[in-house]
Parts: sequence; structure tokens; C-alpha cells
Amino acid sequence: MYTEKVMDHFSNPRNVGEIENPNGVGEVGNASCGDIMKIYLKVEDNIIKDVKFKTFGCGAAIATSSMVTELAIGKTIDEALVLTNQAVAEALDGLPPAKMHCSNLAADALHEAIKDYKAKNS
Amino acid sequence: MKQIYLDNNATTPVKPEVLEAMLPFYREQFGNPSSVHWAGRMVSGAIEKAREQVAGLLNCSPAEIIFVSCGSEGDNFAIKGTAEALRHKGNHIITTSVEHPAVLETCEYLEKNGFEVTYLPVDADGMLNLTELESAITDKTILISVMWANNETGNLFPIHEIGEIARRHKVRFHTDAVQAIGKVPVDVGKAQVDMLVLSGHKIGGPKGVGAVYLRRGTRMTRFMHGGHQERNRRAGTHNVAGIVGLGVACELAAINQQKDYAYVRCLRDKLEQGILSTVPDVKLNGHPDPDLRLPNTLNVSFNYIEGESLLLFFDMKGIAASSGSACTSGSLEPSHVMSAMGVDIVLAHSSIRFSFGPDNTEEEVDYILAELPPIVQRLRDMSPLYQRADATPLHCDECLMVHRAS
Repeated sequence: MYTEKVMDHFSNPRNVGEIENPNGVGEVGNASCGDIMKIYLKVEDNIIKDVKFKTFGCGAAIATSSMVTELAIGKTIDEALVLTNQAVAEALDGLPPAKMHCSNLAADALHEAIKDYKAKNS
Repeated sequence: MKQIYLDNNATTPVKPEVLEAMLPFYREQFGNPSSVHWAGRMVSGAIEKAREQVAGLLNCSPAEIIFVSCGSEGDNFAIKGTAEALRHKGNHIITTSVEHPAVLETCEYLEKNGFEVTYLPVDADGMLNLTELESAITDKTILISVMWANNETGNLFPIHEIGEIARRHKVRFHTDAVQAIGKVPVDVGKAQVDMLVLSGHKIGGPKGVGAVYLRRGTRMTRFMHGGHQERNRRAGTHNVAGIVGLGVACELAAINQQKDYAYVRCLRDKLEQGILSTVPDVKLNGHPDPDLRLPNTLNVSFNYIEGESLLLFFDMKGIAASSGSACTSGSLEPSHVMSAMGVDIVLAHSSIRFSFGPDNTEEEVDYILAELPPIVQRLRDMSPLYQRADATPLHCDECLMVHRAS
């Protein structure tokens, strides 16, 4: 059902946890669908220095959260904003069709965190 | 790696004696039992022997057994066959909100064709109110359909009492006994049921075969057209090997049920008490009295964790269980049984079902009790709902399916 990359990121998720005094926090999803993702950001000089996540959800939800943190670290804010859910899914060599809606929200969570960062720094 | 199978309510391994009995019917005894020649004659006796074995388990006459392809076909036949045969008498059916989809979706289909269906609610323990059931009966009621045991929680419904109510009101009574057969005593005479459905692969028989008990004199409209098999009640060439396997599985169930499920009950109780006493924030789903549940079923919610991710971590340790979470059901909604019981939406997504069989061991239970708590803690540490101060977001416009349990 899941690709090897999904299973790798699910069983060894990267960057799990919270950041103390983050510059931005974003949360998407809801309990009724069974997926909630929360992303914490540390931004310095417009560059994402650190990303951490917490996720309630299925294997795909945890794997996409882990993948989006890897893709985002080191990117500028503008580069991170063009990252899509589709790109996260592709970086995991794809997701089962049923998982494309509820469990593929990690880029949205990242964008919410960036929005929060921008709001705090404008 | 260890392989621990705790999903026996989904399916069971075929018992060696069952497989042995089936094999000749794929080889030299290949005939069609409807044929008059030697090849047909060689197998027709086997069908009748199996019919006796099934009847022996249910305590009915062999003539009251009809072989079908699976439990779902049996439920479809029982409900649609009754609806059509008794349409002149009425158009009302009573069932419960926690039935298997084979019953629920068949009832929904009939609703589109002029029938009215009452879906009885269940309480927080997943139990029915029999006063409510009795008062739902009208002069248009032609059928009551209540499962013997629930597949998700293992809850046992008071079939004998419902049989009595149905008989008193002269309403036909169907029970989907797919989960109960072989695990608890099932006697169709004592229970006063008119129709009962069972399936082979839940009791160590093969997949693709089931049986319907149809009380003598019960008028039905046939469901499968095209041949005279099963006394014109179910067309189609007999699945000879499957039927033989079902027969042997029923005979073994009749012999071993008491002994096997006393043992299974000990294993289930040990896991249940072990989990409830060592893992915090856990909710038992189903009736708290273990006597009112199947001896093999344990359904628990591990709060703050989504069921599928828990199943995947269990799988990495070789443990096979199942979940009521939306992600494992192929839909966006968590289990309809959890919703009907008013289980909180997060807890519904967090529900895990362990269903034992006689092949499980105490060593396996000890292994699970050792492996489970760290997995649960690891996932909780990853969850934004764990030790959360603000309220949990509950609404999704895209899914349009918020069943906020009351």
C-alpha cells in the first residue's frame, strides 16, 4: 500500500517535536478526518533554519509531515511557499489515492506556519 | 520476526483437517453433484454430509440449511427474499445501527424501493433497548434483523429475548451470526430465530462459502436464479470443496467450541486487563461486562493516536490487528459502530480491535503487553493532541461528515 520511502519516513520520522520560542506555528486538519498537523518554524535572515512537527494521523500523515520538514529546512521563505502537497507526495514516491486529501496536508501546515511568521514580523 | 495474528474476526486460517477433507474434491472427485453419472454421484453424498454437519452445529434439520457463497450473500438473501415474499403483508423492517454493511446497505437499498426501515440506536456500551425494539413493531413490520454478535466490539445481543418478542408479535426474525458461530453456543431452536447466516472463513473453513438456516415453512423469494440447486432456493453449481470444508469446520466447532473459547477467553481477558492497567488514557469499546462480549474480542481506543499508525507500528513488530479508523476503512469516516455508540471522534479514530483464535498463546499476549506501551507512548509524543491545552479542532468543510458524538 505504501512506498518504501513512506514507510521509512513513517517509521523513522525526521524532526519530530516542538521548537522553543518558534517564529511561526501553523496547524491544519481536524479530528473528524483523523489528521491534524502542526508545524513549528525557526527563521533567520529569511531562511528556514529549523522545522519541527507534531502529527495526529495515519502513516501517510506522519510521513508527509516528516518529508515536508526535510524539504523546507535551508529554503528561503519564498521557496518554501511554492512547495506543494503534490511535491511532498512525489518526494515520497507517491501516496495511495485515498490518502491524497486528508493525509496530504503537510505543505499546507508549513504555509500556515510561514503566514504566522510573516504576520508576526510585518 | 514473530507473526502474531489477532484479527480472527476478519478471517481465520483454514484448519488442517478442513483442508485435507477438501482436497479430493479438487482432484478425483471433481464431478457436478447435479449430474446423474458416476462423477456426479461420487460427490452428491458429500454435500448432504456437510449439510448434516452444519445442521448439527445449529441444532436444526439438514433440510433447513441452504449453502451460499458468503455471509454477505446470506444476509442479502434473507432480507431481500423476505421483503419480496412478504411485501403484501407490510413494508417495515427493524434492524440496528451497528449491523454489518451486508445488512445495513441491503436495508438502505430496500428503502429506495418503498420499504421503511427502523435503525435502532445503541447505548454507550453498544447495547440495545428491548422495550424500544418492541415498541418499534407496527402492523406493517415484516422483519426484525439483529446480529448475534457485533464484529467490532464483540457485543452479544440478547437474541433469545428478541426471538421471543418476534414470535409474540408474529414477525420474522433474522440474525447475522457470522461472528458468533463457533465462539458461543448457537441453537436456532432455543433462540427462536427464523433465519440465520454464517460464513465458513470465520471458523477455520475456506473463503467463498457460507450457509443460511431457513426455518421450515418460511416463505422466501429466491435470490439467485438459474438452476434447481438447493431445492430451487439458490441457483448455481455447488462449490463442492468449499461446502465440504464448511461442513468439517462446523463439526470441529461443535466439538471444540467450549474448550477452545474458554482458553481464548483467558487470553483475551489477560490482554484486556494488561492494557487497561498499564496504558493510561485508554477506553474499552463495547460492554464493560466481558460475559456480554464474544470471548475472543477486545476493542480499545488509545487516545491521541490515529488507529492506522498504531496498526503499522504493530505490524512492524509482527502483530496483526485491525482498526475502526477512517484510514483503514477506505472511507473518510470512522467506524459506524463507534459513531452509533457515541464514541468521541478522536477515540473512534483511535480504536483498535484485537480478535483472538484458538491458535494464539499466552506468550503472544505477554509479547504484546511488552511491545505495546512504548509504541503508544512514541506516537503520543508525536501527537499534537497529547497534553494539549486548547480545544481540538473538529470541523472539516471538505469532508462534510462531522459526526460529533453526543
